[in-house]
Amino acid sequence: MGESEKVFSPFRRFSVSPFQFIFFGGFVSILVNKNTRVICQGITGEQGTFHTRQMVEYSTKMVGGVTPGKGGIKVDGIPVFDTVDEAVRKTKANASVIYVPAAFAADAIMEAVDAGIELVVCITEGIPVLDMVRVKRFMEGKKSRLIGPNCPGVITPDECKIGIMPGHIHKKGKIGVVSRSGTLTYEAVDQLTRLGLGQSTCVGIGGDPVNGTNFIDVLEMFEKDKDTDAMIMIGEIGGTAEEEAAEFVRKNVKKPVVGYIAGVTAPKGKRMGHAGAIISGGKGTADEKFEAMTKAGIKVTKNPADIGSTIKQTLKQ
Amino acid sequence: MNIHEYQSKSILARYGVTVPKGRVAFTPDEAEDIAKNFMGDKLCVVKAQIHAGGRGKAGGVKLAKNHQEARQFAEAILGKKLVTHQTGTEGKEVKKVLIEEGCQIARELYLGMVVDRAKQRVVVMASQEGGVEIEEVAAKSPEKILKEYVDPAVGLIPFQARKLAFGLGIDKSLVNKAVKFMTGLYQAFVDSDCSMAEINPLVITKDGNIMALDAKMGFDDNGLFRHKDIHEMRDLDEEDPREVEASRYSLNYVALDGNIGCMVNGAGLAMATMDIIKLYGGMPANFLDVGGGATKEQVTAAFKILMSDEKVKAVLINIFGGIMRCDIIAEGVIEAAKEVGVKVPLVVRLQGTNVDLGRKILSQSGLNIITAEKMNEAAEKVVAAAKG
Repeated sequence: MGESEKVFSPFRRFSVSPFQFIFFGGFVSILVNKNTRVICQGITGEQGTFHTRQMVEYSTKMVGGVTPGKGGIKVDGIPVFDTVDEAVRKTKANASVIYVPAAFAADAIMEAVDAGIELVVCITEGIPVLDMVRVKRFMEGKKSRLIGPNCPGVITPDECKIGIMPGHIHKKGKIGVVSRSGTLTYEAVDQLTRLGLGQSTCVGIGGDPVNGTNFIDVLEMFEKDKDTDAMIMIGEIGGTAEEEAAEFVRKNVKKPVVGYIAGVTAPKGKRMGHAGAIISGGKGTADEKFEAMTKAGIKVTKNPADIGSTIKQTLKQ
Repeated sequence: MNIHEYQSKSILARYGVTVPKGRVAFTPDEAEDIAKNFMGDKLCVVKAQIHAGGRGKAGGVKLAKNHQEARQFAEAILGKKLVTHQTGTEGKEVKKVLIEEGCQIARELYLGMVVDRAKQRVVVMASQEGGVEIEEVAAKSPEKILKEYVDPAVGLIPFQARKLAFGLGIDKSLVNKAVKFMTGLYQAFVDSDCSMAEINPLVITKDGNIMALDAKMGFDDNGLFRHKDIHEMRDLDEEDPREVEASRYSLNYVALDGNIGCMVNGAGLAMATMDIIKLYGGMPANFLDVGGGATKEQVTAAFKILMSDEKVKAVLINIFGGIMRCDIIAEGVIEAAKEVGVKVPLVVRLQGTNVDLGRKILSQSGLNIITAEKMNEAAEKVVAAAKG
């Protein structure tokens, strides 16, 4: 079924540009900026309400929420709608963040995609993988980009935070960060901020085996983004996304890239927390990924405490 | 989650996937009764039921000529620790055997399904190298593996199954049976949220049947909430008791061989913590992810699990407080430590939201806690502490 990929990939290549055209007013960060208009699917749930408040506090433009059956009420003054379609028509939202429980999350993603939301960020953990296989099929040929699921979200410091990451550890700057992990990304960002290195955008692509956006998509955006000088990619065991990204970097990326892979000590055949973090059939080990990255000219560090200092050194050179 | 062969076969039989006639026995008496009365005292196979491959080579699969032999083999296998290349050196105790009718094998083939992560679809794999592990075939001669990717909107289409069947050299007269077998397996796969299904070997019998001689199914843990019947097939005897205990509190725990216990929030950071322990000359005793929004109850349960491991000579708690505040974590740790007792050195590294308050709470607790600010400092301290 290679055809399906061909349908999707040329599209992928342009998917960043609609944003850049829409906000041609000078903000060129990737995926989100201060003009991004966000709705929250699952806004009346505990997580949804809590994180909507956190996002508002970070000055994210939260323009609405969706909970089927609760349309008409308000959460902290934010209007709630029954359907994403209605929310989009009434609020002109172009991004959505999803906090609905795993059993209903695939439905929520597809509803957002159908309503024409450009950027769909799904935080929910625990979505059955075959649900995601169907979601990806549904998204073929549609203009939406999905980030996640099972991810911390996306943040462009001082402009827009869509997700659950602690906003205050971030600092505006020139380093792009892309990662499969949540707290490990916070760790790396914290190291950067302490070293005085700010971030252009940080993208958590999530720890699930089938996800919306992969390393290559984000690295490609960072390479084209004039606000990004260098990038960090944080991978982990399982699958071959890092190997494919390394090959992409070798061929297409001129900006410096620093890489780290978690799970050198992980045993084979055991799922390490994330649904996608598993070495199966002897494939997807950290060593293989480190090797692929090194071969591609990515500066790797095997010490997670040195991610920040490694990029600092790389920038000096 | 994995299940036993006999359980997989019972699921597959409902989907029209042909499996040999068989029943599971927990005692030699039951084995004898099944062989005599259910099998008609004919040739039958006695197969150890454990969650590991390589049972045949380890002596866990025996061909019995009659019910007396079936009993003898069941007696020999039941209660025995079977050591295969997948069980580790300690082996796995056999608590049940499958008694199955024998068949005349003409050919042994391979059929398997998994979710292909790169293609983001279910892939059906078939090979003429039956009875051989697919990883081995993939490494030595990948061209021998035939693949069909399934569009989830339409499922496995008969023409795709035919392509595989003809590719395997299955006789024309049997191709339709093969198609029914493969589409049945695919339907079972998607209906029960499988992560993998493997028929190895798939056999063609001399009397012209296509049959699953062995069957292995693995399930996506995230999909189990909608399959109560499958969830009930979980066999806790096959799992590490600490992993079972952890799963009751929704903690992700994996037992390892080292002597430094760790408790971390987030899977990526938890793996990174294990790695940095090794980098500084130590060995992690476990992977333990308490999740992004861990509660006091979870932290306490996690602490108990770590302390129950006698290998553990020191513990490292590494928390990056995001939305989860460090002061809350510190209180949870102190409560857990007081309740469970701390018998080994405890290194705590907190970072992130409200970190100063969290550290203050720890230092004023009166507990013997070694604190660290950075990850490398924490690793260095815990490795030194474990060495005593």
